[in-house]
Amino acid sequence: MIVYLGIDLGSTTSKAIILDPTGEIIGRGITNTRSDYNVAAEIARMEAEFNSRFSLLRRRVEADGGSPVEWARIFDLLDSRFHFLQYLSRHERLATAMTDSIKHDSSRADLAERLQAALQQTLEAIRTRFFDGQVNSTSQFFRDLFSATFMRMIDKFDRLTFDRLVSVYDRSINPVENQIISFDFAELTERSLELMPAETGIVWPLIRKYLREVAAISLDPTDYIGTGYGRQLLPFEEKHIKSEILCHALGAHDYFPETRTVLDIGGQDTKAIQVDEHGLVTSFQMNDRCAAGCGRYLGYIADEMSISVSELGPLAMAADHETNICSTCTVFAGAELREHLNLGERKENVLAGLHLAIVQRAFALLARSGGARNEFTFTGGVARNAAVVKYVSNMTRTNYGELTINLHPDSIFMGALGAAIFGLRRKGAHA
Amino acid sequence: MGLTMDVQKENSMIKQKQMLSDHFMALSQVKETGKKVAYTFVPGNLTELITAFDMLPVYPEINSLQSGMRKKSGDFIREAEDVGYPEDVCSYVKCDIGMMLQGNIGPTDQLLPSPDILLLSYTGCFVFMKWFENLRRLYPHAEIAMLHIPYQADGRVDPAAVKYIKDQLTKDVIPKFEKVAGKRLSDTVLAECLSRSAVAEDLLMNVFESARHKPSPIDAYFGGVYYIGPIFTSFRGSPACVGYYEELWKEVQYRIAHKLGPITPDGAITEEKYRLVVEGPPNWTNFRDFWKLFYDHGAVFVGSTYTRVGGLYDYGFRHSPDDPLGSLAEYCLGCYTNRNLPQRIELIEKFITDCDADGLVINSIKSCNSFSAGQLAMMRDIEERRGIPVGFIETDLVDPRYYSYSNIKNRLDSFFQMLEQRKELQPRARVIA
Ligand code: SF4
Repeated sequence: MIVYLGIDLGSTTSKAIILDPTGEIIGRGITNTRSDYNVAAEIARMEAEFNSRFSLLRRRVEADGGSPVEWARIFDLLDSRFHFLQYLSRHERLATAMTDSIKHDSSRADLAERLQAALQQTLEAIRTRFFDGQVNSTSQFFRDLFSATFMRMIDKFDRLTFDRLVSVYDRSINPVENQIISFDFAELTERSLELMPAETGIVWPLIRKYLREVAAISLDPTDYIGTGYGRQLLPFEEKHIKSEILCHALGAHDYFPETRTVLDIGGQDTKAIQVDEHGLVTSFQMNDRCAAGCGRYLGYIADEMSISVSELGPLAMAADHETNICSTCTVFAGAELREHLNLGERKENVLAGLHLAIVQRAFALLARSGGARNEFTFTGGVARNAAVVKYVSNMTRTNYGELTINLHPDSIFMGALGAAIFGLRRKGAHA
Repeated sequence: MGLTMDVQKENSMIKQKQMLSDHFMALSQVKETGKKVAYTFVPGNLTELITAFDMLPVYPEINSLQSGMRKKSGDFIREAEDVGYPEDVCSYVKCDIGMMLQGNIGPTDQLLPSPDILLLSYTGCFVFMKWFENLRRLYPHAEIAMLHIPYQADGRVDPAAVKYIKDQLTKDVIPKFEKVAGKRLSDTVLAECLSRSAVAEDLLMNVFESARHKPSPIDAYFGGVYYIGPIFTSFRGSPACVGYYEELWKEVQYRIAHKLGPITPDGAITEEKYRLVVEGPPNWTNFRDFWKLFYDHGAVFVGSTYTRVGGLYDYGFRHSPDDPLGSLAEYCLGCYTNRNLPQRIELIEKFITDCDADGLVINSIKSCNSFSAGQLAMMRDIEERRGIPVGFIETDLVDPRYYSYSNIKNRLDSFFQMLEQRKELQPRARVIA
């Protein structure tokens, strides 16, 4: 079928969107960006492809099934199993790599047996933990999920075992992560069905009825566009590459046609974009020299506090006030943070202060670009962080009055969406 | 044809080169010739007055920009920082001071003479004053003359301001020059210089206005900085200067007649894709690199405010022998650096209209606090009034640490795609026949 693909290779996550010829999104894919950018792009694309097939499958069963089945729930469950199985294959590869790594490490042969035992015990525990319904296309990525659980679990071992296992993990994760594993959609879906709760058995025949047909549809893109921080590294010709400024604006415009200002806080840079009624950019400002106004700042803070990035927002939301953070430098903010904690300040309050600081920085950039005009759309990876959203909303209101503020659960996909729309708009021309 | 053209192009270039090398040679020989030397600034420079005294001018900003182009500025700036000039001081100043501290060897590797007089024509930027305060410490024996130019706050040349400047000239500046030169000002010589200035100024304006042609035969920014060389530095008012502009105008006319685009370091532009106007000086440390970022996209500058820093002729002003001091005063008042924000915006709009430009680029200079301050407001104004895309980039004049190729490229890529999108909406072919 005719589809358009947009890929947004960001500094922390890579996203893909697949559009049908009417411009409707049929598939979304996201993965963490890894050292091999092509692998990141390909995995995001594969994710979007599977996601598209599920959409197509769902369209068919919904049209066919007269019964009032809750297809949304069913497909969520299916998607979760599907991802579980994918994670499992990655898990197996990582397990093999780690086991081999211990085997081949001759420097501490005396430890090998103890390490292997500890490793196997941990791997087994993680393997079963994957399957608790938490795994799906929008939850954390394999690497994050695995490493968080792994670190927690090996904490109970003695210092030496712990250290060795950490280094075994470090050595193994990158090569494994930079491999592309291909999956057969139909087969994996079949296996996923087997893992579904028995009570859903009634709908399996209907799903199976269309599965082969949907799996056979060609989803090779008619046109594709790459964008984002790493776009120049994609193996695409120049005509298949677009600036992320334009893509973000167009993506935001597609969701919210009245948008005149877009603020995107990404991992490595922050952009304030002014856009006209056609979704064309009229001007933009970028913070590309300093990390203090972008997502990386939060990543750094999370590292400093040894917590995961996704925990930052909820913690900051539990603050009773914002600690005043003066530092406008990411690195120095770490020192300031420790000082406040040493002085006995609650970490929730310090985190709230840090969240406020990054938003203030982003708003300085926004002001440079001409401020927020109706409607104001906030996008980027950090738009998932509730505390950032809170401060963005507050500051918008204080600085620019009662503006409509657009937030969308898909906001992380805005760039990829804009890219795909560029492909769609020039259909025929370069196919 | 191509051959003739190349020869013609080289003529003006060769002329300018020769003029410069003669000038620096003369500067290196003042011990023998006994000529006196005046250090002064480009904006609102009083070159005719200096030459009427048969003295030689030295422009510190020009030396700094030359050091930048010759990749020496990084070193000079470090030298100045070593003796205590902080990071955010104008990089022209630090580069100039660093050069002096390292022996005052000028852009042609010849020794620059110490100043006999420091002529501080204060036009718009407070840094000028501080700069010469520091030079005075380096050259305690130099005479110092200050010419205060009132800022054009209300956007017009005030007759009272003209009188105020003339008074300073007659009561302070000229007497000090007479003292240093050891002779009286010759009104006839000054008047002759001013007549020649007017001729050169007419020719320069022909060249600048040629950018209205499609394709534009000139690049009014990267090419423009060469075109303004003689008029804003040591040569305005000299016969050589008139000769240079006659030659240049001939070349430009040839390019117009043959519908040729401007010449870049990689050859002539064969397809003019975007016509741009620019505010802010170019970056000097990576001048070619910076230029290439534009000509690679087929972007030609049809208007630039920077090429008006020394003085502005777009609204009809010319130096005049009829009222020598009055015209010098008006010249100083009118230069770009002495104009207020609405006037700066007006000039940019004039370029956009006259030359039918597609977009505006603002190159904001990191260490120039004076002129970068209002640029965002100007940008918004123009965007709103003209609805054309504006690209905002940041570099520095001569501090190589502030030139980030990938950041600039990234922003310009987006900017060019913005322009492209507009073109798709209203296609206009500009392929050179
Ligand atoms: S105008 Fe800018 S570059 Fe010129 S002297 Fe002043 S601060 Fe320096």
